[in-house]
Parts: sequence; structure tokens; C-alpha cells
Amino acid sequence: MPWDRDQMAARAAEELEDGMYVNLGIGIPTLVANYVGDKDITLQSENGMLGMGPFPFECEEDPDLINAGKQTITELSRTAYFDSAMSFGMIRGGKIAAAILGAMEVAENGDLANWMIPGKLVKGMGGAMDLVAGVKRVIVVMDHQNKAGESKLLKECTLPLTGKGVVDRIITNLGVLDVVEGGLRIVECADGVTEDELRAATDATIV
Amino acid sequence: MNKIYGSAAEALEGVLSDGMLIAAGGFGLCGIPELLLQAIKDNGAKDLTFASNNAGVDDFGIGILLQSRQVKKMISSYVGENAEFMRQYLSGELELEFNPQGTLAERMRAGGAGIPGFYTKTGVGTQIAEGKEVKQFHGEDYILEEGIFADLSIVKAWKADDTGNLVFRKTARNFNPPAAMCGKVCIVEVEEIVPRGSLDPDKIHLPGIYVHRIIQGEHEKRIEKVTTRQREEA
Repeated sequence: MPWDRDQMAARAAEELEDGMYVNLGIGIPTLVANYVGDKDITLQSENGMLGMGPFPFECEEDPDLINAGKQTITELSRTAYFDSAMSFGMIRGGKIAAAILGAMEVAENGDLANWMIPGKLVKGMGGAMDLVAGVKRVIVVMDHQNKAGESKLLKECTLPLTGKGVVDRIITNLGVLDVVEGGLRIVECADGVTEDELRAATDATIV
Repeated sequence: MNKIYGSAAEALEGVLSDGMLIAAGGFGLCGIPELLLQAIKDNGAKDLTFASNNAGVDDFGIGILLQSRQVKKMISSYVGENAEFMRQYLSGELELEFNPQGTLAERMRAGGAGIPGFYTKTGVGTQIAEGKEVKQFHGEDYILEEGIFADLSIVKAWKADDTGNLVFRKTARNFNPPAAMCGKVCIVEVEEIVPRGSLDPDKIHLPGIYVHRIIQGEHEKRIEKVTTRQREEA
């Protein structure tokens, strides 16, 4: 059985180590916060916060306290606030240990596409280009194939890029792959998925 | 020198005109200068360019100036929540320049700090790099981005003293300090003007040198996406 959304998030949480400052993207990456367990992880929200807490209880929402997805959140005892220039200063400056984010396509050389589909409504890249260019380790969490059953791990991206050669590790419903010299290397297969099945579902070169 | 004005409309007198480049603070609907945006709508100034991370929603924030066709161009990183924006953009009525969010923030900060350009890794090898100078530092490619020098800054803070020293609240700070810094004239709207001496000088987020006009008013502070968790049953 391939991993479901929560199993993918749980696997991604294993990438995080005690003491890390981490930025989580929208979608499955947000779920990663549920699986960090006892690890001392500080979440960054790029609109200007370190130490992001859980969603508030009803009637305790604060309009001055939101995350980068514009959802109401809460603060923690460790929280610090700052402006957007400093926030992206710490991102661009390599102070954030890891970013976990979703993607539409990843190429075997680490190219990432996740911000626009030509001809469709373009909403903007937000902070994604800054994050993938600046953080130390970029981990993509996404389904291995699109809804048409085509591989999202490609020899070359077909969509406009968010970053060039920026992805380090890819966690999909079928397994975990690293971007290495010459292509992707299989790190592990999801429970019940064979290496042959993973290879057959992947267009990118596997080395 | 008196920096305090009676209303947003009065604060805009003599500084707002057609065709201006305006830097606006806020992230989504959080920390936006909602009173000044409404006053710009009432004023009717047109052909405005806004450097602002987002474009509001249809009936709040910069969205109200899109409804009234006062905006010629947006410089933003994300405009997803605004249907009227998309309609005007797709029909060619509205120009749009996408900036990566950190590049936009740094362009404002740089403009305010007298830095006309800076090199960044963000966007190298993407559409954003097209037409921009590429330069290598330490063996890596960087692209040249330009500082933003705005005609007018409009920002929202939590508290100000009468000299314009500002304190922001939680994540409502966001783009407000860099937006405030990059304008020739900066107007700030606050929830409370406090007496001189009542703000701890060590806890001022933006010193009053950047602030020229101050207004106080009631803010709606609309929440874009109320998200809550369940209380566990006792």
C-alpha cells in the first residue's frame, strides 16, 4: 500500500532533528507539525514569526496573528516577531535548516516547479522562490504521479521553475528519493511498494 | 512639528496625486492600512501603482481600489484571493509585476536605506531572472534587483507617539516597516496615539524619522481565514 497523506507527513517529520528551525509549506507539509513528537523544532512563518503555535480555540482568534497561509494561529513562549525584510533575510541568509514544501514537478537535477501553470490562473510565487533559494535543505512532499497517472518526477520540468537545482530530497506516496549526481537515488520504498514499482512509476533517471 | 492629522483624508492632502507609486504594508488582510486605502478611494486619485505583497480581497484592502479602477499596476508576490483583480488582469486593464516575497521586502528595505540595487539568489534560472543582470559571487549566480523608491508609503501600526515612533503587534508588522522606509512621505494609521515618553525607547520597532503623518482610527481588522481547533472534551 502506498503511503497516505498522514504517512507521508510522518515520514517527512523524520527528516527533522532536535533544534532545527523549519519552514513548512501549505498542504501536506502543514501536517508534518503533527508528527514532530518530542523533538525541539521551531517553526518559521515567513510573514514574520518564529515559534508558530497551533490554531487557536474558537473565539480566541487574533486578527493580528496569522500564518503564511493567512490562517489564524497562536504564539508560544519561545515566539519572536519581526518584519518581512528580516524574515526573508533569515531565509535568504541560510539560517533556516529545512523547508518542506509541495510541488507540481521535480526534475532529476533538482529543478522544482510549483508556482504556475501557463494558461491557467496565476496567483504568484509568494515566498516559495526565496525559500528554495535560501534554506539549507529543501524537502519536497508530493504524490508520485499526477491525476492522469503521469510521473511528477521528470528528466526535465515542463512547467516554469520555482528554483533551479534546489531540491535535496523527495518524499512521495511511493517512497523517498534523493537528488544525486546523474539523477535520483532511491532511499526507501513505502510499505508494500517494491523498487520495481517505484522505478516503473518514475520518468526521471534513477541511479 | 505636528505630525498628527485629524483623519485619513486630511493626512493625504497635498501628498496624494494621480500616477503615484505607493508602497503599502500588510500581509493578506493582516496589518493593512485600511483607513488610508478607503480615503484614497474617496479621494479618487487614479493610475496608481501599488507595491504591496497582496491585493486584498474584492471588498477590502487594495481590492476596493481595484473595484473603482484607480490602480494601474500592482507589484506583488501573491494575488490569489481577489476575483476582480484576476478579471482586470486577464482583460489587460491591470499591469502586474510578480516579485518573490523576500525580493519585494528587500527592494523596499533597500530603497529606504538608499541602496539602488542588490544581488540575490532568489529566482536565478527562473522567469523572474529574465532581462536581469547575472553576476557571480563565490562561484554562484546572483541576479540584480532594484530598490523601490516610492512616492508615498501607507502603513498600519499598533501604537505611535506624537513623534511617529511606532510599535507593531504580532504578525501585523510584516511589510509595514520596509514599506514605511521606502517612501518620500510616509503616512501611518494606528489604533492608539500615546503620549511622548510612554513607549519604551528600547522597544520601538520603527523610529519616527521614517514617519511624517499619523492618524488614529477604528480598525475593522478583518480575518481572511478563521481557522480554529477543537477543545478536547474534559
